[in-house]
Amino acid sequence: MARNVTTRHKITATVAAWIVALIIFFPILYTIITSIKTEPEAIAGFSLWPSGTFENYITVQTQRDYLKPFMNSVILSVGSTILALIIAIPSAWAMAFSPTKRTKDILMWMLSTKMMPAVAVLVPIYLLFRDFGLLDSRIGLTVMLTLINLPIVVWMLYTYFREIPGEILEASRMDGAGLWQEIVYVLTPMAVPGIASTLLLNIILAWNESFWTIRLSTTNAAPLTAFIASFSSPQGLFWAKLSAASTMAIAPILILGWFSQKQLVRGLTFGAVK
Amino acid sequence: MATQNTKTLARLMMAPSVLLLLIWMIVPLAMTLWFSFQNYNLLDPSNVSFTGLFNYQFFYTDPAFFQSIWNTLVIVGGVLLITVIGGIAIALLLDQPIFGQGIVRILIISPFFVMPPVAALVWKNMIMNPSYGVFADISRFFGLRPVDWFAQYPLFSIVVIVAWQWLPFATLILLTALQSLDGEQKEAAEMDGANFLNRFIYLVVPHLARSITVVILIQTIFLLGVYAEILVTTNGGPGYASTNLAFLIYRTALLGYDVGGASAGGIIAVVLANIVAFFLMRAVGKNLDR
Repeated sequence: MARNVTTRHKITATVAAWIVALIIFFPILYTIITSIKTEPEAIAGFSLWPSGTFENYITVQTQRDYLKPFMNSVILSVGSTILALIIAIPSAWAMAFSPTKRTKDILMWMLSTKMMPAVAVLVPIYLLFRDFGLLDSRIGLTVMLTLINLPIVVWMLYTYFREIPGEILEASRMDGAGLWQEIVYVLTPMAVPGIASTLLLNIILAWNESFWTIRLSTTNAAPLTAFIASFSSPQGLFWAKLSAASTMAIAPILILGWFSQKQLVRGLTFGAVK
Repeated sequence: MATQNTKTLARLMMAPSVLLLLIWMIVPLAMTLWFSFQNYNLLDPSNVSFTGLFNYQFFYTDPAFFQSIWNTLVIVGGVLLITVIGGIAIALLLDQPIFGQGIVRILIISPFFVMPPVAALVWKNMIMNPSYGVFADISRFFGLRPVDWFAQYPLFSIVVIVAWQWLPFATLILLTALQSLDGEQKEAAEMDGANFLNRFIYLVVPHLARSITVVILIQTIFLLGVYAEILVTTNGGPGYASTNLAFLIYRTALLGYDVGGASAGGIIAVVLANIVAFFLMRAVGKNLDR
């Protein structure tokens, strides 16, 4: 009898959860479906059965040169993340293994730089970029994204490094390992998982950053965020193409995201929720 | 083993990130502050002069200013309300034993990975368009007149889109917290005859308090600066109906070429963000030490 109740409970919960999940996922699903419709079909009213054409994907590439913003997105997100890691790893390391009284204050201060509204410094950044010829350049945007995500990278790495037990270091020192051996043979293998999830999450954040990438780029350095935003101006019969471009813009990051959902919680809450 | 040597080394290792962030924080902010006291228009860059508090006065007397502050608060508050309540409800549901939990989780987390311009354009065109959108189709199915969402309820529409993007984040964090709730405690409460409501109020909510604070803090940081969603849907309109402070400053700076005015707005935005941050950091700091 009890078993019966739990099975029924499980079925009810399953149905409810699937309905909620499908409603939340629906806009994405519908975008994918619309991307393989023809343009007249796309505005012909609600339908989940597309004719299955891949023409829109080809058109987006031939008419709008999709590959260029895509490559820009890859370069900007991967480049800025690696740059941020190079700068952040030593400092997170120092904070985790030689903490001082001020370590916590420094971490909180770093987090507080994220609170500064981006728009408040739009004018000076825009003027500086203009004067240094960095507007619409990949270098300028990479530096920008690095600075924006640096506090998060330091924080994430710090929470991972902090969990590496200090006793292991002492043991290796007792065994006569020098600083270099300590780093290469003891710490690196233990730090790699944390660094990998930090890398993944920050690529996602940089890929989706939509204030500076739109404002500081026009054509040459424009990543997918700016590319998609440019679709907003002409009203009319372009939904299937918009859907195809959108699907391609979100697909890689969606898949990366599915793999990193466990680390996402920990990373984005700065280790406060695990 | 913290010798003088390792201390120096630690400082050296921290120097690059600390210095970079220090420069990143001080230089642009100092420039914004300086510009905010100048009469500086990009269309007439040779004619820059000191104007004292005129820019602030200008911003302060602009009726769009108070509307934009109100709109900012509505977006932050509305999205927080929807995502926290919705997030708790969905997390409770997903915490039950269900078939295909992995796939359900993947479907629910997905909107978080959608870049803001895509999210906004998909909702604007495919879902909320008054003639061809899915909502219009549903309205017609029930024999109702379709609603022109962005013309009639521009701010509400933006809240809906942004909430859709952040609901997965809240859900995932609250679910993670729920799953760390001790099963024995739940069983004990059940044995003692506590019904669902009592268990929820006395066991689940206190356990979730810390995660809810974290969700509110992190979302607020991002929600104060909602920009792309407004740019590609309503462009701040009609009138100033969906202009938040971030969008108003952008409009003043890059569409009005008014460097001084936009900088004054920027300083006001910093002050507002700091007021919010002060309370949130205090709440979180308290929670994190536990």
